[in-house]
Amino acid sequence: MTPPVVEMSGVGRVFAGPPRVEAVRDVDLTISQGEYLSIIGPSGSGKSTLLHLLGLLDRPSHGVYRLDGVDVSTLSERRRTRVRGERIGFVFQAFHLLPHRSVLENVELSMIYLRVPRRERTARAVATLERVGLGHRLDFDPITLSGGERQRVAIARALVAQPSLLLADEPTGNLDSGNAASVLALFDELHAEGLTLAVITHDDGVSGRAQRRVRIVDGVMADVEAEVVA
Amino acid sequence: MRRPRLPRRRAGGRQRLTRGGHRMRLRDLLGEALAGVAARPSRLALTTLGTVLGIAALVATIGLGQTAAGQITERFDQVAATRVTVAPGETDGPDGEVALTQLPWDAPERMKRLAGVASAGTFATVDVAGDPVRGVPYGTQEQTVPVAAASAGLFEALGARLSGGRFFDEGHDERGDAVVVLGRYAADRLGINRVDSQPSIFIGDRAFTVIGILDAVDYRTELQDSVIMPMTTARELYGLEAPEVLEVRTDLGAAQLIGRQAPIAIDPNNPDLLDVNAPPAPGSLRDNVSADVNGLFLALGGLALLVGGLGIANVTLLSVLERVSEIGLRRAVGAGRSHVAGQFLIESGIVGFLGGLIGSTVGVLATVGVSVVRDWTPLLDIRLALVAPLLGGLIGLAAGAYPAWRASAIEPIAALRSG
Repeated sequence: MTPPVVEMSGVGRVFAGPPRVEAVRDVDLTISQGEYLSIIGPSGSGKSTLLHLLGLLDRPSHGVYRLDGVDVSTLSERRRTRVRGERIGFVFQAFHLLPHRSVLENVELSMIYLRVPRRERTARAVATLERVGLGHRLDFDPITLSGGERQRVAIARALVAQPSLLLADEPTGNLDSGNAASVLALFDELHAEGLTLAVITHDDGVSGRAQRRVRIVDGVMADVEAEVVA
Repeated sequence: MRRPRLPRRRAGGRQRLTRGGHRMRLRDLLGEALAGVAARPSRLALTTLGTVLGIAALVATIGLGQTAAGQITERFDQVAATRVTVAPGETDGPDGEVALTQLPWDAPERMKRLAGVASAGTFATVDVAGDPVRGVPYGTQEQTVPVAAASAGLFEALGARLSGGRFFDEGHDERGDAVVVLGRYAADRLGINRVDSQPSIFIGDRAFTVIGILDAVDYRTELQDSVIMPMTTARELYGLEAPEVLEVRTDLGAAQLIGRQAPIAIDPNNPDLLDVNAPPAPGSLRDNVSADVNGLFLALGGLALLVGGLGIANVTLLSVLERVSEIGLRRAVGAGRSHVAGQFLIESGIVGFLGGLIGSTVGVLATVGVSVVRDWTPLLDIRLALVAPLLGGLIGLAAGAYPAWRASAIEPIAALRSG
């Protein structure tokens, strides 16, 4: 049996300060293969810290984090960077696309640091962009695209490295409702195809699309399956 | 409509978290750096300006220095740089007495055995004890014409040309024949302008056959005023004691060597007693001339390069601060600190290299342009034009070191939080 994609037990993150801040306390979180999870919470609740821990951008102060069954909580920064590139796909609220580089180059960027050969990079980037419905925008500069298209480029960039986990941080925060809906529909499709997703948001409309919701308040996590909105 | 399913990660790789090595291909790193530089063309142009000016100043200074030195060499090398003269000197002996030396009669033969000697000959003024020199047939016009003696090789060593007749040769010299060659002005004064009628001149009561008239000599222009007879003739008739000076013409570039060897070949027992006059090494003269001129321009070029390097460092640092989110994103998709540092380092290296390339071109054009205006032959070490862009690249790399370090220290969390 395959291990869960994410398995956190007793994970905490303390910022030494001053003032000393316990941003995340004793989190136990399991995300199974193919699960669609949303993490909700008000700002300052520790959401972002949890995202950084999940995305290997930060290291827990204590506790154990297993990614694909392997303990990554004690990896050196160099190895953490490598695992992050290969196993985690990020989608940000601000897209973070490189200006003056084509849509195709932006998507290929995810594979450059993984030593994927050039020819394969291009083929995979084109296939993934077609998958997210942007096959006609390959040579465009991202600054000429609409917000929804930009976020779909970012999603393609996250998908193209075939990550174990897609981490989205307020993915619809900068989008109007129409574009937000199309991005969320894309997430639904990806989930249906077997992708493991974790979406961090404060928007109930967004979190409602997930299979399972967890809430984080003052660094403490609780499942909110009981109060699922229809 | 069903969309194609995304390819899924193969099941076998679960226990190994990472695939293969982590070293990014250099070509990809170069590609990213080039794209980073090319994304801001107007900024690139401004950034390279300092390096362009600095490298152009350096290349033009060195190029014009070489060109000017080339003109000096071209004019003087052929003649001056091949002339060595040896004269007897005097030295203070151990007891306050003055040691004297004489040039041997066979000094030209001794010199000719040295490799690098093209021709050699001796010269002396002859004391004719007040005997008048007269042209023939009528002795009415007495002239005070100096009389000189030469060995057969002297004419060639001085680069002498004749307007008519011939030089005397070693045969004339050995036999002590009563023949003379007239200097151009001496011939005028004696009223002799052709030699095909075998004219004679008289020194006192002795008759000499004129066999040649000089047209020009490279040095010792006093010969043009003289009546020149073979050494042996002067020795036998007028008691000449020794040659006064030895003239040597060397092969190009051998002058310094011959200058050192000549005294030993001529007087192995007392080489120090001979005065040798050899031209300075071609390098030393030229370097002295150009060093003064170049020093200032090189300093200015160096200053421009320093300013150019600081400019690159400044703009790269600005660029790092501006591209914080790009750095964060690269870190998020798997770029290590070294990748980020490497990219900014290469970007500033490229900027420096481009500046060097343009500057080198400008410098070469300036050298050629000035040469055309001054009617010089442009002379430039081609290696300089090739090394200059590399120097620009090195400056760029050095300038990029600090910004690259700053970029590598940026935490991805902080970089991605914005927005």
